[in-house]
Amino acid sequence: MSEQAMKSYDDLAPSATDKFRQRVLPFIVMIVLLAAIPLFDPSRTMNSLIAAMGINIVFALSYNMLLGRAGLLSFGHAVYFGLGGYAVLHAMNAIGAGSSGFWAGFPVFMLPVIGFGAGALAGVVIGWPSCKRSGVPFAMISLGVAELVASAGYMFGSIFGGEMGVTSDRMVGPRLFGLSMGPVEDIYWFIAFWTFLGTLGIYAFTRTPLGKMSEATRDNPERVQFVGYNPDRVRYLVFIFAGAFAGLAGGMSAVNYEIFTPESLSLAPSGLVLLMAYIGGIRYFTGPIMGAVLLTYMQSMLSDYSEAWLLYLGLLFIAIVMYAPGGVAGIVYGLLGILRRGGTDGVLARRAKQAAGVALAFTGLVILVEIAVRWSNGYGEVFEPFGLHLGIDTPLSWFLIAGFFAAGFGVLRMAREIEEGHG
Amino acid sequence: METIVFSLLNGVIYGLLLFMLSSGLTLIFSMMGVLNFAHASFYMLGAYFAYSIMGVTNFWIALILAPVLVGLVGAAVEKWGLRNVHAHGHVAELLFTFGLAYLIDEMVKIVWGRSSVDYRVPEVLDFPLFELFGAEYPAYRVFILMVSVGMLVALWFILNRTRAGLIIRAALTHPHMVGHLGHNVPRIFMLVFGAGCALAGLAGVIGGNYLVTDPAMAVQMGPIVFVVVVVGGLGSLTGAFLAAMLLGLMQTFAVGVDASFADLFGWLGLTATSELGGITIASLAPMIPFLMLVLILMIRPRGLMGDREL
Repeated sequence: MSEQAMKSYDDLAPSATDKFRQRVLPFIVMIVLLAAIPLFDPSRTMNSLIAAMGINIVFALSYNMLLGRAGLLSFGHAVYFGLGGYAVLHAMNAIGAGSSGFWAGFPVFMLPVIGFGAGALAGVVIGWPSCKRSGVPFAMISLGVAELVASAGYMFGSIFGGEMGVTSDRMVGPRLFGLSMGPVEDIYWFIAFWTFLGTLGIYAFTRTPLGKMSEATRDNPERVQFVGYNPDRVRYLVFIFAGAFAGLAGGMSAVNYEIFTPESLSLAPSGLVLLMAYIGGIRYFTGPIMGAVLLTYMQSMLSDYSEAWLLYLGLLFIAIVMYAPGGVAGIVYGLLGILRRGGTDGVLARRAKQAAGVALAFTGLVILVEIAVRWSNGYGEVFEPFGLHLGIDTPLSWFLIAGFFAAGFGVLRMAREIEEGHG
Repeated sequence: METIVFSLLNGVIYGLLLFMLSSGLTLIFSMMGVLNFAHASFYMLGAYFAYSIMGVTNFWIALILAPVLVGLVGAAVEKWGLRNVHAHGHVAELLFTFGLAYLIDEMVKIVWGRSSVDYRVPEVLDFPLFELFGAEYPAYRVFILMVSVGMLVALWFILNRTRAGLIIRAALTHPHMVGHLGHNVPRIFMLVFGAGCALAGLAGVIGGNYLVTDPAMAVQMGPIVFVVVVVGGLGSLTGAFLAAMLLGLMQTFAVGVDASFADLFGWLGLTATSELGGITIASLAPMIPFLMLVLILMIRPRGLMGDREL
């Protein structure tokens, strides 16, 4: 009997192939992807977009160590990002001065290590009072601390540079791997290297006993105490590591942009990283990566097309919170699962119907918002998609808006009725 | 003397405004456990609605109509938004209101523009009421004082002397029991959420022209409202009142104090020319609420008068 039980446990363990497929293959794919990007000779805009994505990927992943893994909702994660960045800028200036022995021999390429250390240090100091509580009190403390640090940023000009911020020059110090760090191509390798290392490091962290304990603390802190761990201590340690990786991302950003202002410590960037992680999907390791890529793309590309991109972002976020708590990753993996099982009982058809309904209603919304934005600006500009002339007083525009909304909600209702019919 | 009296008056007015803003949030938070991030956005909506209504009619109609409209918006948000998220837990609710705050901010920018609007004090109230130490005191501030006190009395009366108040107070602590007794708890939630938003809207109507009406007013006020609620304590309007007054007075007095760290800690050898010594007490004023927030959560997590921990 017991032998049988043992045997079934053995069967539950992932096989060597599974382990390779789940834990090693994604990183090989990532290396190949990172190595392949320069072959397509990306334009200057594309290069800077990719750099921003790399930074945000590490930042969002570090945020998810708190929200997704440890269940700690933080409104002040940009504090560690910013402090890491500032530390790196000051270190870069010290390299530039080149007088003292240690900094004179420090390559700029390795500077994110300094950001890592600074973020960890900030986590040690700030985490000590924060991590005594979890849930809403933790969120409130993080909010208060973020506001305090941001105000302090404006107060201490010699460290944070006041409104102007601190600037630096990255083309200093000894070279590493023959990269002068000047042209964007060199910076690409820098960003790629650290994005990979950051991702790998955070993934490795989730595999450690501490990473596992943090998930246990999220799900059932009382039980964690029974097993003999101190939940506060687990939270504190996770918090330090999350701060450290945020500092690493800050260091990447400092080398990439060569500037940091106190605004980067405030609530706004903290809110943005929360959106990235949540929209991407906090239940999946890859979720924040998807969220970071999507939001960075929206931030730089969509903001060119539409002034109201923050409105769309807010809508996307609310839609995710209300209807798809798994985020983008949840939707993607859900679809993959359906495809793998062969789309039984018309699930795929239903999903397609839902998607069509959402797309229709969303089109109506976009028309409404775009017309409203142009009307609000008052420059007499008119929304003209596909050669249509859609003014605020054109009957066609209101007809289109109403039509798209009606069609969208109609299709959604149909999809729901099918679902209820099945249930 | 002069500074003290003026700071006292302004501090009380600011405190009362803060209380009006946060009383609704305290009710919502204690009853539903939802820390409404968008609460200050409703305050902003109140100011903008009043501005628009005032453009068509006059201030007095705006004073009544704008809070009602804000309350309706709030009730609608609860009914069609928040209630659906409830099943996913408190963090999801918090995130929902966080997204809502983004959304309301952007919509306000689209409808009323990105810069501040010219929402003015009505002419009837735009005169100096009395003279104190040679300085004139505007009548509108006294009007704010009166409206706030009137609201305070009305709120106290409704909560403590009416049947509806009885049910609301019961639902604050024992929502399930109230439900078992046959009351429609979701409807109570919706009404309280709407009423709380209406109060925030009222604060916006009378505060928007006293302070400034621009799309940033929600972001500025939002975190401070949280501080009032957390410092005051869960489930306690008295606590929220105390916290609001304390914050209002402390901030106003800090702005009025003309001293720097060097003056205070000069005996430790801190000079006025050094960076730390040059920091004035007045410049610390915006930090006071957050210092209070962090300290209270660390030392006394239930707040000043709260009946339970967060």
